[in-house]
Amino acid sequence: MNAQQLLARFEATGVQTCFHDRHLDPQILAGLDGSNWRLKDYEARGGYQALRKILGQDGGEGLTPDQVIAMVKESALRGRGGAGFPTGLKWSFMPRQFPGQKYLVCNSDEGEPGTCKDRDILQFNPHIVIEGMIIAAYAMGITVGYNYIHGEIFQTYDRFEEALREARTAGLLGDRILGSGVNFQLHAAHGFGAYICGEETALLESLEGKKGQPRFKPPFPASFGLYGKPTTVNNTETFAAVPWIIRNGAQAYLQCGKPNNGGTKIYSVSGDVERPGNYEIPMGTPFSVLLELAGGVRAGRQLKAVIPGGSSAPVLPASLMMDCTMDYDSIAKAGSMLGSGAVIVMDDSRCMVKSLQRLSYFYMHESCGQCTPCREGTGWLSRVVDRIETGLGRQSDMDLLDNVAENIQGRTICALGDAAAMPVRAMIKHFRPEFEYHVAHKTCMVPLYV
Amino acid sequence: MISEESRARFEHEVAKYPADQRQSAVMACLAIAQQELGYVSVEAELEIATFLGMAPMAVHEVTTFYNMYNPKPVGKYKLNVCTNLPCQLRDGARALQHLEKKLGISMGQSTADGLFTLQQSECLGACADSPVLLVNDRTMCSFMTHEKLDELVDGLRAAEDKA
Repeated sequence: MNAQQLLARFEATGVQTCFHDRHLDPQILAGLDGSNWRLKDYEARGGYQALRKILGQDGGEGLTPDQVIAMVKESALRGRGGAGFPTGLKWSFMPRQFPGQKYLVCNSDEGEPGTCKDRDILQFNPHIVIEGMIIAAYAMGITVGYNYIHGEIFQTYDRFEEALREARTAGLLGDRILGSGVNFQLHAAHGFGAYICGEETALLESLEGKKGQPRFKPPFPASFGLYGKPTTVNNTETFAAVPWIIRNGAQAYLQCGKPNNGGTKIYSVSGDVERPGNYEIPMGTPFSVLLELAGGVRAGRQLKAVIPGGSSAPVLPASLMMDCTMDYDSIAKAGSMLGSGAVIVMDDSRCMVKSLQRLSYFYMHESCGQCTPCREGTGWLSRVVDRIETGLGRQSDMDLLDNVAENIQGRTICALGDAAAMPVRAMIKHFRPEFEYHVAHKTCMVPLYV
Repeated sequence: MISEESRARFEHEVAKYPADQRQSAVMACLAIAQQELGYVSVEAELEIATFLGMAPMAVHEVTTFYNMYNPKPVGKYKLNVCTNLPCQLRDGARALQHLEKKLGISMGQSTADGLFTLQQSECLGACADSPVLLVNDRTMCSFMTHEKLDELVDGLRAAEDKA
C-alpha cells in the first residue's frame, strides 16, 4: 500500500456527521449520501430550478432582481456566518448603477472552533452554493465572484473546483447563463491557515494577495470591497439557503422557522455528546431537542455548560441553555449569541479554567497584531489564565482578566478582540468559584479532565 | 527552481483574477510551490514575486503571516493535530501526546530520519470528526484513535521502506 492509499483510509466519509436521519425538515443537507454531489444528482433533487425560475425558463415570467431581493428580505434569512445580519437587507446595500466591476464573495473560511458545517455543504452539496451565488449575483447585478475556502479543507477546495467545472460545461456559469443575458464568472480561492481571514475585510485583503489584516469600517464592503469595488460577502450556508427560498417562497421559509428567524439552520454539535455532527433543524427548535438528536451528553453524564455559537460566543451554564431555543433571539436573550451555530457541549467532568486556557491561547495565536489592545491584550489573557490553570494564580487575577477584557472589547478594528474577551468574561461570570478554587488550591475542582 | 508543471498550475490560478490583480494568486502559488518543494524557499518566493510582479518582501509577508506555509524545510510528512477546545474535549490533545510518544519527538520537532514533523494546530474546521489531523496540508484524517494513529505512522514508515 502506498502512502496515498493509506491516507485515504482515514478520510471522513460524512456518514457520522452528515448522512444520518436525525435532521429535522432539512433543506440543504436533505437526501445526501456522499456520492450524489455531482451536477446531475443535484438537478435530480430539484437543483438549478430556482435559477431557471428567476430566468423565466420554467414557463413562468421570471423574477426581476428587485423581486429576488424582496423575496429574500421577506424570508427573514439572516447571515449564517455569525453576525446574523438580514441577508436581503445586505443585498439591497449594493449600489445599483455602479459603472465599474462589482464582486460577490462567499466566505467559506470556516475556522471558528466548533464549526464544521460549510465543509459538509461544499463537500457533499457544492452545487447548492453555486446556484445560490448565481441567484445573488443576478439580484445585485454582479458578474464576477469568488468562493474563499478554508485552507485546511483542501480536499473540499478541490471538490468545489470540480463542481465549478461541471457548472461551466453545462452553461450554468460564464457568459449568457442558460442562454439568458446573465453573465457570472465564479472562481475558487483558498486560505492557508489564518483564523482572522474569516473576518470579511481580512478575507478581502487575503483575496488581494496580502496578509489577512482587517480593514477599518466604514467604508463597508458594499462601497469599498475587493479591489476597492462594491462587494457583497455572505457565508456559504447563507448562499445555500437561497435556492429553497426562491423555489418554495419566502413565506414557506419564514414559517419553517420562527418570526425574525426564518428557515432551517445547520448546527455543528461537538464536544461531550454521543454523536457529534451536523444537524439541520428549523430555527427555534428547543436546545433540548438538538441535544437529543446528537445522542445526549456522552456516557450519561450531566450537562455542565454549552458554548452555543462557536468559541467566540459567551458560555452558558446548563440551566440557562436548557431553556433556550436554537435561534438568534433566544440565545441573545440568554446572554450569548448564535454565531455560526457551532454548539460546543461540556459535561460535568470539564474544568472551565482548562477550557478557557485553550481558547485564550487560540486567540493570542490568531490575533493579527494590527491593534494594540488585541495584540497585547490576548497575550495578557492567555498568560493569566495559564497561570491560574498551572497553580500560580492570584485571587486578584479574576478581576485582572475582567479588566484586560474590558480594555480590549470595543477598542479594536475587528471583532477578534471581542471574540477573545467575551469568553473570558462569561467564564468568570458563570463559573467564578471554579477559578477561585484553582487559585486557592492550586488544582482543579474537577480532576478527571485531561 | 519551480518546475514547469507547477508553473502551469500558477497560470491556472492567475487566470482567475483581473489582469491587473495578479498578486491575488500569491496564496495559491505559494501553496503549489510548497507542495513541490516541501517548503517555501527564499528562491521560490523570488520566483513567485517575479511571476506575479510583486515585491519579494510582499510575498514574504504572506508566507510568514499564514500558519500553513513552511518557511523552513519540514519532514516528508507534516502532521498537524488539532487541539483546539472542541477537539480537546474529544481526545485531540491526547492524540498529539500519543504521536509525541510514538515518534519520540515533541510538537514542533521533526524525526531524525526526516520522515515526520509534528505540529499542534488550530481549528481545522472538522470539529465533529475529532481527533483530526492534517497530513501535508492537503489530506485530512478523521476520527484518529490511538490505534489509527499507530496504523498511520507505521503505514507511512512501511511505504517509505518499500519506496
